[in-house]
Amino acid sequence: MNRLLPLIGFFALVALLGFGIWWNTHHESNEVPSPLIGKPAPEFTLPLLYDSTKTLSKRDLLGKPYLVNVFGSWCVTCQYEHPVLMAEAKQFGVPLIGLAWKDKPEDSKRWLEQFGNPYDTIVSDADGRAGIEFGVYGAPETFLVDAQGTIRYKRIGMLTPELIASELKPQLAKLPQAKP
Amino acid sequence: MLPELGQFALILALLLALMQCTLPLIGAWRGNAALIATARPIATGQFVFVALAFGVLTYAFLAQDFSVKYVAQNSNLALPWYYRFSAVWGAHEGSLLLWVLILNIWTVAVAALSRRLPDPLIARVLGVLGFVAVGFLAFTIFTSNPFARHIPGLADGADLNPILQDPGLIIHPPMLYMGYVGFSVAFAFAIAALLGGELDVAWVRWARPWTNVAWAFLTLGITLGSWWAYYVLGWGGWWFWDPVENASFMPWLVGTALIHSQAVTEKRGSFRAWTLLLSIFAFSLSLLGTFLVRSGVLTSVHAFASDPKRGLFILAFLTVVVGGSLTIYALRAPKVAGGKPFQMLSRETLLLINNLLFACAAAMVLLGTLYPLIGDALGVGRISVGPPYFGFMFLLLMLPVVLLIPFGPFFRWAAGDWRATVRTLVPALVLAVVCALAAWLLVGGLHLRAVAGIAASLWVGAGIALYALKRWREAPSGRRYTPEMLGMIAAHFGVAIFLAGVLVTESTSVESDVRMAPGETKNIAGLDFRFKGVAPAQGPNFRADEGVIEVSRDGKLLATLNPQKRQYSGNTPVQTKADIRPGFLQDVYVALGESLDPSTGSGQATGAWAVRIYVKPFVRWIWLGGILMMLGGFLAAADRRFRLHAAVRDPRSETRSGNEVRTSAAFPNPASPIANPLQP
Repeated sequence: MNRLLPLIGFFALVALLGFGIWWNTHHESNEVPSPLIGKPAPEFTLPLLYDSTKTLSKRDLLGKPYLVNVFGSWCVTCQYEHPVLMAEAKQFGVPLIGLAWKDKPEDSKRWLEQFGNPYDTIVSDADGRAGIEFGVYGAPETFLVDAQGTIRYKRIGMLTPELIASELKPQLAKLPQAKP
Repeated sequence: MLPELGQFALILALLLALMQCTLPLIGAWRGNAALIATARPIATGQFVFVALAFGVLTYAFLAQDFSVKYVAQNSNLALPWYYRFSAVWGAHEGSLLLWVLILNIWTVAVAALSRRLPDPLIARVLGVLGFVAVGFLAFTIFTSNPFARHIPGLADGADLNPILQDPGLIIHPPMLYMGYVGFSVAFAFAIAALLGGELDVAWVRWARPWTNVAWAFLTLGITLGSWWAYYVLGWGGWWFWDPVENASFMPWLVGTALIHSQAVTEKRGSFRAWTLLLSIFAFSLSLLGTFLVRSGVLTSVHAFASDPKRGLFILAFLTVVVGGSLTIYALRAPKVAGGKPFQMLSRETLLLINNLLFACAAAMVLLGTLYPLIGDALGVGRISVGPPYFGFMFLLLMLPVVLLIPFGPFFRWAAGDWRATVRTLVPALVLAVVCALAAWLLVGGLHLRAVAGIAASLWVGAGIALYALKRWREAPSGRRYTPEMLGMIAAHFGVAIFLAGVLVTESTSVESDVRMAPGETKNIAGLDFRFKGVAPAQGPNFRADEGVIEVSRDGKLLATLNPQKRQYSGNTPVQTKADIRPGFLQDVYVALGESLDPSTGSGQATGAWAVRIYVKPFVRWIWLGGILMMLGGFLAAADRRFRLHAAVRDPRSETRSGNEVRTSAAFPNPASPIANPLQP
């Protein structure tokens, strides 16, 4: 029995890895039909990155649509996404809120100083709690929340100019309040 | 035409690999000398064809044949020739080909340097290596063909990922793969021993130098990777615990346990099951690492392209190789623990603790790496654990290792003398405590981690130095240090250097982000940084903004640093190229942030920039420690003991297999012919 233990342990691992492949195949190109889409965005109250005495909560944002972009200075893909946001953020027509996820505020600030700041407001989620509420599994992720506070669209992974044109902009256009 | 020849060569290599994993194994099983004798020629033939394929791909890059899709995707006309050369392994298909080539280099080295080992054993070893080659060649040919054409051919290619355009990346992957793949030799020896049922200690003695060399290469590869991350990623960090790094670190941890466990098995006959299992696991984790990096299971949110077909293929192969080996182990493993008895307080016990802790550390890293996947499987969402988890757990597991290292060499086999050893080590302890206290008192506000680092480093360093001194005094001249012992001393001394580097750097680095206008001077950590402005610069295939910063102390100019922000072709993000003044005691690290001039509007251009300045004491010691560990691995492998009278001490195998097993002959040094494997 003892000598079978490594084999049994290994097959448990294979089952897990097989599941990983299955999961990836059935969640094409990372577009997880998130259970959150069509549901109210989670409640959150987070300190502002540049003024930690003030907070921003979901309630403050009700009434107009907005985008939440999850990023972190530790996240390499975010560096790739960043120029895209820098170029396109102004054309979204809705506020872009940065969620500095699992990141020390000073690191986030340094990062933004280096690469530029495309966000209208940035909140700091240093311990990652709000990220968990949003079901974030890796930065970068982007959420579109409508005026009623309902999540309309979610992108896991980097936003590219193509994706913005083919997916995000049509979603934005569907929003009644958004300027085209 | 040439690329098709390359592909043809790969297919021939696959057919030869299929022969290599069947004929010699059948020969060894049936006792058929003719089939056994096919092992070496087939292995050589396979190497020739894989080398040919590799050469063809390299030529396609150097000659800029953009009709080959892989070349077009990973290089362009402006790319300097040395990066065109390293671009061969700059992406998935080519790195697989490099993997296979290095496997073949190891195989041929085993075939060439094992003339004096029993033929059936070598037939089995080469057969197992052939099986591994089958998997990877089939993987290359069926899912990742590097020779696929782009029709019509292109006038120019895309570009090599700018982050890979760096001298460190020319040698980092080959060294890493030398280590990864090198564990296949220890693995093959273990499986061959299990298959042959000759589970005495002879196979371990033969496998030891190979394992040490593989471990040394892996150490070098990881060290280079860490160094590269430090100066390329622009964050001054040297280890990030990301899945790709972990993929190389897990085999290293198990490999570290393995080289220690092998020593026990070879010298004392104990820990046979440990050594077998660690041999299997070290290579299995190399395969698993390949799976994790290549399948996209974990990296789906990163920049890598992922392909479920590839993932499934590697998983199937992993299942066959590892599942198969563990099944053989379950069937054939030694039923009784062999070896000489040992007491609670003995070197064996210390090495057992070492095995356990390193195996646990590898399991901990595996768990942390797979955590997001486990979260998915249990339906609690994809949560990842970060550096805090790894850092804390690793510290916890390695703390006992650090405390016990100095005891290792002093403790005798079978029964160590606890009191005498402690008495001997008192000077090391006193030195560590006194120096740590002195540092704490002299340098105000020193972080506890730095104090701990100084103490730990001196404890290990002085402990090992005491052992070297003891040998110098007690052993007769000329026989004081065997290479194996020197290797042990160098590697453990490397641990001491590494500890000082990590703990001092992590706690005393000064990181400062400042706004600097031309002509402005800032004083940071006792150094004056004078910013002279930023000017455009032109590289071979990039444009850059280049800053000029003069570093001086008390008015004496130390260095002029030129950090850059580079824009390569295409839609690639700007690369931050830090400039570093390296120093034995401290690095000065300068990187450019953003221009702080208003880009539009009527604001006055001041030429001011955000500048990031790091002063990192002792950071070089991290890699110096790694280099010493690597050196230790090579030194130990060079020990004559492994070459002379390989199995004389194991009379059973001599009597049993008589003439056929030529056990008392020389085993040539495996280190030399593979030291420079990448000469084309």
